[in-house]
Amino acid sequence: MASKVIHAVYNDDDILMHAVKEVRAAHHHIEEVYTPFPVHGLDKAMGLADTRIAITSFMYGCLGLTVAIVMMNYIMIQDWPQDIGGKPSFSYLENMPAFVPIMFELTVFFAAHLMVITFYLRSRMWPFKKAENPDKRTTDDLFLMEVGVHGNEKELKDLLLNTGAIEVTVTEKDE
Amino acid sequence: MKYTFSNRLKIGSIVLMVVGAICLISGFLSAPSTVEEAKEMVAAAHGDGHGGGHGEEASHGTEHEEDYMEKSGHTATADSHGDSDATDKNHEAGHDASHDEHVLHQLQNRPWSALYVAAFFFFMISLGVLAFYAIQRAAQAGWSPLLFRVMEGITSYIVPGGIIVFVILLLSVLHMNHMFTWVDPEVVAHDKLLQGKKGYLNPTFFLIRAAIFLGGWIAYRQYSRKLSLAQDQADDNSNFKKNFRVSAAFLVFYLISESMMSWDWIMSLDPHWFSTLFGWYVFASMFVSGITTIALITIYLKSKGYLPEVNNSHIHDLAKFMFGISIFWTYLWFSQFMLIWYANIPEEVTYFVTRIEDYKLPFFGMLAMNFIFPLLVLMNSDYKRVNWFVVMAGIVILFGHYMDIFNMVMPATVGDQWYLGVPEIGGILFFAGLFIYYVFNALTKEELTPKRNPFIEESRHFHY
Repeated sequence: MASKVIHAVYNDDDILMHAVKEVRAAHHHIEEVYTPFPVHGLDKAMGLADTRIAITSFMYGCLGLTVAIVMMNYIMIQDWPQDIGGKPSFSYLENMPAFVPIMFELTVFFAAHLMVITFYLRSRMWPFKKAENPDKRTTDDLFLMEVGVHGNEKELKDLLLNTGAIEVTVTEKDE
Repeated sequence: MKYTFSNRLKIGSIVLMVVGAICLISGFLSAPSTVEEAKEMVAAAHGDGHGGGHGEEASHGTEHEEDYMEKSGHTATADSHGDSDATDKNHEAGHDASHDEHVLHQLQNRPWSALYVAAFFFFMISLGVLAFYAIQRAAQAGWSPLLFRVMEGITSYIVPGGIIVFVILLLSVLHMNHMFTWVDPEVVAHDKLLQGKKGYLNPTFFLIRAAIFLGGWIAYRQYSRKLSLAQDQADDNSNFKKNFRVSAAFLVFYLISESMMSWDWIMSLDPHWFSTLFGWYVFASMFVSGITTIALITIYLKSKGYLPEVNNSHIHDLAKFMFGISIFWTYLWFSQFMLIWYANIPEEVTYFVTRIEDYKLPFFGMLAMNFIFPLLVLMNSDYKRVNWFVVMAGIVILFGHYMDIFNMVMPATVGDQWYLGVPEIGGILFFAGLFIYYVFNALTKEELTPKRNPFIEESRHFHY
């Protein structure tokens, strides 16, 4: 189903931030904002819900820590115990300090990589995916706000031009 | 708005000082003066089972350590107290006598060590805040100027705190106690390693260094405070720029002098042992304690209606530092521990053998308080803005770092004769009282908000 949207293009992040606040104050629904770089505070201005990626990061970190403990216990204690530096590997706990760097690194590794992968999947990005970018100039120096049109085209256009948009176009969007 | 020292807090701090002083004095009075008294005390402690959590099996840890050292062929013994010289050790009777005297010295050291640990801990808080303050100045940080008066209030304690620590060091050099064994010429005469270190580690140079360090820190603190106040009255930014330059210069001096101070005042308690990152490790401890104290005092002042412009983003930033530096401290602690544990070189590992055998609870308890607790409590971004969470984490961190200093000092001075008893608690109470009295008194002197700091507007609008 195709829906009608308005694309308002801005050339400054400060103007964009004010525009987002005004459009929201006028009770229009902002579908998406495309920016060439992350704009600090934009998520709050758009009223997006807080990210839950920190929670996943904590869980992935715990998973990494567990994997490290189980792995080192199998490799160094159960499968092939050795006597390194006069410290025979008979007990995980007694040899624990030697494994702390590995426990730390795998915690960080799991947290970081799985968090990035989660972020990509949640943002619906994967290899060879066609970019969902309505205007290539947003990867260069312009900011684009996409607002849904529900029979209020004229009024919305005026509002957006008043907020400092340098270009306002109405397009059909394929869902 | 000027701060007025509330009567309740003033009386509270005076009560802390009086109670603490009584405890400390009773600690000094109950210390044994003869070998017989010392023997009785040890026997009584074992009989009653007042072990402070450390069992009897651990109480001979130091002797095991000596045996270990002898077996491994090291002529320089781990007996850091050196009261027994090498020839005595070959005779059973001689060994017993020297052991008894050793225990006597440990028991005599106990009130001194309790005094020293607490005095150093509270002094270290103000020194850590001074370093944090200098970093804010040198970095021209925009978020923190609203907190500058609070930091200056805390650093005012560096004057009395530093003088007290210096006096304790002076009395130690004058043989009032046996904390620093290397000040005793008898010990040095029988100790090859100490003879080698004599050029650096001798009483005169030790005191000269201490005077230079303290003089430099106090001079910077007073000069920077003067410039900070002058900036409020001035009509240009010359004082601010001067403060920037002097803070950058101070940081260079501080990093060198702080490191040497930690070798002198703490590491030399175990004069045979050394660690190359000890200075950083002590720095991390004082830095996190200082930042925690800034957060606690800021939250207290806010709860009394002062500092209205300090918002929860400022608290959030302080809590981030508490969290980050706690992890930094753990990183340094573990870096020091793991290398020594893994290499297992006798003259190095004896440091941790003593601590793990005789100080199991404080040693591992400190790790939980300084690492695991702040890690879990302060990890969540939202919790860093909740005052009572920050206060709770802060109190645990402060107590954890007191235990850290305790673990640095006590094993060298009192060995297995440690307790967290009357003199130790008295030391904490007395210096906490003195610290609160002095710091809050200094806070009443000036407006709590700087007026003409060029970054004050940015700090007011600080929002994350």
